[in-house]
Amino acid sequence: MVGGSNPSEPVFYIFKGMNKVMKGSKNFSLLDHNLVPHHLLLSENEASQVLKKYVIDKEQLPKIKVKDPVILEIGGQVGDIVKVIRTSQTAGEAEFYRLVIE
Amino acid sequence: MAVSEKTIEEMTRNLQLPKNILDNLHNELEETKVTKKQLEEIIKRVVEGYEYACIEACEAAGVVSAQSIGEPGTQMTMRTFHYAGVAEINVTLGLPRLIEIVDARKNPSTPMMSVHLKEDYARDRDMARKLAWNIEATHISHLGSLSTDITEMALIIELNEKVITQREITPDEVAGKLEDELGLTVLIDGNVLTVRPENESYRELLQLGKNVENVTLKGISDIKRVVIRKEDTIDEYVLYTEGSSLKDIDDLDGVDMTRSTTNNINEIYEVFGIEAARNSIIKEATDTLREQGLSVDVRHIMLVADIMTVDGEVKAIGRHGISGEKASVLARAAFEVTVNHLLDAGTRGDIDELRGVTENVIVGQPIQLGTGHVKLLAAKRT
Repeated sequence: MVGGSNPSEPVFYIFKGMNKVMKGSKNFSLLDHNLVPHHLLLSENEASQVLKKYVIDKEQLPKIKVKDPVILEIGGQVGDIVKVIRTSQTAGEAEFYRLVIE
Repeated sequence: MAVSEKTIEEMTRNLQLPKNILDNLHNELEETKVTKKQLEEIIKRVVEGYEYACIEACEAAGVVSAQSIGEPGTQMTMRTFHYAGVAEINVTLGLPRLIEIVDARKNPSTPMMSVHLKEDYARDRDMARKLAWNIEATHISHLGSLSTDITEMALIIELNEKVITQREITPDEVAGKLEDELGLTVLIDGNVLTVRPENESYRELLQLGKNVENVTLKGISDIKRVVIRKEDTIDEYVLYTEGSSLKDIDDLDGVDMTRSTTNNINEIYEVFGIEAARNSIIKEATDTLREQGLSVDVRHIMLVADIMTVDGEVKAIGRHGISGEKASVLARAAFEVTVNHLLDAGTRGDIDELRGVTENVIVGQPIQLGTGHVKLLAAKRT
């Protein structure tokens, strides 16, 4: 299975909103929007743990563009891995990972 | 002897279960007192039930989704031409809308925004109305009458006093806006504006009349109409707009951007990012199906939305999107425009690795699905 696309993947902790400084002309933080789930940049260590858990390479993860408004806001670089904590209608909460690309 | 909340917490903490099931379990356990032995049995059964409900490895999830969305879709075709209004605004519904969603059209046929308002605006009808005038595109035809004076070779605009006070725009502002857009001098006399074309020709005068009508004097030019509706469920006024332009409403005072949305998925992608676009696809598709009285399990729609957004941009299902990007030549050729794909692959000298399902069906090999995906390796007995 590629990435944490399994909605049954359990989440054992809840991440409290730690919204970074707003960028650009936006008058609000994108992460506060109803449709935007929480995005979290992973450290090198966390990233390698994710890849180890699913036994995959970075490139096999779903992608997210570096120009994606949310990535611009949280300040991700190409090659970073972003953890997305979605509210799921079926599982309550689901983790998803995306690789930041050009 | 009933177990304490602490032991329940300890025993359930490391379970590999989704949050929903765990929450349910906790709620049930709060109401009923159980012994430790019973709790162990309950947890065992819950985990068993969950594992039983999980999809099998190597199951053809995509095909099941395709059928589960496709079958109700056949019932939609008969009711294709229905339009229904959300707050008097026409929105495309039914099959055309569903096609629009999965085709990831850049511009849907009926774009619409729901603009939620901040606290003080949301409760006050007058404040909401004021904001609505700032969003709705105002043209000269809304403000008064336009007439051409052929003897004077001039265009005479008579502004309606009542309307311009209501829309909070002064004759000076109208004249200024017109001068900026047309590059001509506008004479102001009370509520009457006079514009003359550059050259004294009848044709230019007529052309000028048309140009004046097209100038957006106030508001956002994409928004043709704004409807204010009181939503009883949240006890707030919400603005619904015909036409969509999320970027432009961000600057307006009183707009609560964190709750405002549009039905244009590409716009959501541009403004809020790929994850929001995924959520929007799920929401729009479910709403469209539900409105038609069809219930499709959300998991199927989630799968479609996941596939459409997996590469970081919104891709269509079909020839120009997902299906057209398959690695295998045979798989692409089997879908649409067979000859083109085979010809291109032939001239390029492409190689088909025969890894997917379609290719293997074509060449008559076992497909890599279900039991066909499992390989057995015999260990040598020593």
